[in-house]
Amino acid sequence: MSNQYLKQIVNKNYQYGFITEIESDTFAPGLSEEVIRKISKLKNEPEFMLQWRLRAYQHWLTLSPPEWAHVNFPEIDYQSIIYYSAPRVKKDGPKSLEEVDPQLLETYKKLGIPLHEQGRLAGVAVDAVFDSVSVATTFKGKLAEAGVIFCSFSEAVQEHPELVEKYLGTVVPYRDNFFATLNSAVFSDGSFVYIPKGVRCPMELSTYFRINAANTGQFERTLIIADADSHVSYLEGCTAPMRDENQLHAAVVELIALDNAEIKYSTVQNWYPGDEEGRGGIYNFVTKRGACRGTHSKISWTQIETGSAITWKYPSVILQGDHSVGEFYSVALTNHRQQADTGTKMIHMGKNTRSTIISKGISAGFGQNTYRGLVRVLPQAHNARNYTQCESLLLSNTCGAHTFPYIEVKNPTAQIEHEAYTSKIGADQLFYCRQRGLSIEDAVSMIVNGFCKRVFNELPMEFAVEAQKLLEVSLEGSVG
Amino acid sequence: MLIIKNLHATIQDEKQKTKSILRGINLHVKAGEVHAIMGPNGSGKSTLANILAGREDYQVTQGEILLDGQNIMELAPEARATAGLFLAFQYPVEIPGVNNMYFLKAAVNSVRKHNQLPPLDAMDFLTLIKSKMKEVGMDEKFLSRAVNEGFSGGEKKRNEILQMLMLEPKLAILDETDSGLDIDALQSVAKGVNSMRDPKRSIVVVTHYQRLLSYIVPDVVHVMVKGQIIKSGGKELALELEEKGYGWLNENVG
Repeated sequence: MSNQYLKQIVNKNYQYGFITEIESDTFAPGLSEEVIRKISKLKNEPEFMLQWRLRAYQHWLTLSPPEWAHVNFPEIDYQSIIYYSAPRVKKDGPKSLEEVDPQLLETYKKLGIPLHEQGRLAGVAVDAVFDSVSVATTFKGKLAEAGVIFCSFSEAVQEHPELVEKYLGTVVPYRDNFFATLNSAVFSDGSFVYIPKGVRCPMELSTYFRINAANTGQFERTLIIADADSHVSYLEGCTAPMRDENQLHAAVVELIALDNAEIKYSTVQNWYPGDEEGRGGIYNFVTKRGACRGTHSKISWTQIETGSAITWKYPSVILQGDHSVGEFYSVALTNHRQQADTGTKMIHMGKNTRSTIISKGISAGFGQNTYRGLVRVLPQAHNARNYTQCESLLLSNTCGAHTFPYIEVKNPTAQIEHEAYTSKIGADQLFYCRQRGLSIEDAVSMIVNGFCKRVFNELPMEFAVEAQKLLEVSLEGSVG
Repeated sequence: MLIIKNLHATIQDEKQKTKSILRGINLHVKAGEVHAIMGPNGSGKSTLANILAGREDYQVTQGEILLDGQNIMELAPEARATAGLFLAFQYPVEIPGVNNMYFLKAAVNSVRKHNQLPPLDAMDFLTLIKSKMKEVGMDEKFLSRAVNEGFSGGEKKRNEILQMLMLEPKLAILDETDSGLDIDALQSVAKGVNSMRDPKRSIVVVTHYQRLLSYIVPDVVHVMVKGQIIKSGGKELALELEEKGYGWLNENVG
């Protein structure tokens, strides 16, 4: 009966599914050494970048796609993907926001991400990535005053090559895995952040990714370095048009926290999830990893994953510094035919390192939701502690929730706690809410939000509100 | 206020076998009255309470339910609630992560909306709920806790009564609200219920035991056995049941 209640909820469509008509420079589909040289040349990259890309490409040719994840999809033809597409620019590229193509500004406005600096998110600096390139970064001046570097990856390669060369690939090496290796070879843009010693970044930083062009893969790369005693909170959002074919998104994010530094990285992932029958949608195959290099450093991942046809990502923390802290807070929602295989890895290397994993999976329709997590304590990591809590909420009889926890402990002083449970949204809970006069929609959203509260609490205020709304939209119509 | 005419209901058990649980209930509760429905385990008392509130686990095969003259048989549970029907649950559920005050505010404003009243603002709501909490002897810390999560049995029941006081229903049905309560809790629950007695309101108390009825004195007592009301009387009937048990009544049931 609860299913009947839930089925009554009306369907709401993916509201970011529009396409921007814009002239763009687009490569022919296919991947070869020549394509990589072309990307590198187009970006006017120094030799070390090109060589790094080529090494990655050579290595990639020896790899085959991973098959261990609990997801199903037809084999991807990597030669049919377009590896570079950028909105055409009249001159050398916009020098300021005034020069950004109005079409693009309009697009971001429609997405609720105004690229002018007096907007609703006035306290947030935004880097907007459209297909393969960054089109605008706001508040650069204000950030520069604090010594913070926040720019597109391409710009960082030009302006701060020494930082890029020093840190690129040090957390996620180009040999890391199939998708990260592919990304290393072909990535076209992304965001770069450097917070100097002792600086608390004066505002939230945010990157907003938009895939627009058809048949195009998006391969962006984000590198965030928090120098000693610094602090930064970074947010990432993403959407894509509704298209019948699947599109590949293979990003890499590297975070580096030095002594006493703290990085908080939040993601609200809302790539197009495909339609009810599972046609179209983004393949979100992403490698995200942070290194707590310094003592007392801290890296915290928070992710709200509601989009994508398939999600394959494990934002992880390598706890190298003594007393360092790693956190992972996740809400993953799979509806209709969506599949998610997500979780984290906490690698304890330093002494007295601590990690916390809170994972909430919500499955509806025919969605398949997998938590996969690794907690590894190395021999030298004395007094490491981990607390893991995995919870799954099922909203239909046809969805699935799966948990694959891996725990490897090589030091006897470690304390590891793991809690997991699965529950079905209760007919009793629904009836209780309805008896108090709440509609089914309100009751479901209240129960689901309550379930996710622990994770929402980790998000910056205005994004917590967005996440809550997003969850409501993604759930409507799907349950039953 | 509440009129039940020849109500029959069935439920399907795990083997998909249809089992009859209500077999022709007739009941008339006038405005301002308190009725008690007593009976042994499995007599159908709680089923009746749940069917009145619109629980869809049961099939109503025959009969009618009128609330304040309106036939509510086709109304969804939330529509019955906003029309003024309140059920204090025997086993109130926990809703993890949902703030108790937030929940109550949503409920109160949903009912107010139905009655074309503006929503209560945060300050008015807080003032009101604090005074009601005092009435049922609840600590204010329960406002910031999740709905019923980690509440003791008594705290859950007090929370039900608090909700009732806030929602001010036309018809309140208390489903074994006395079960699992110590004497202090029982007294504060009874106090809350008695404060709700009003010429415009009806209260139906479903219970096993006479105990609660010494605090909430009913106008009419009904005895329900095997899905039928087999005897009705004044408050002394409750005392008689307490003394003799239900056995002597069973003989009258076919």
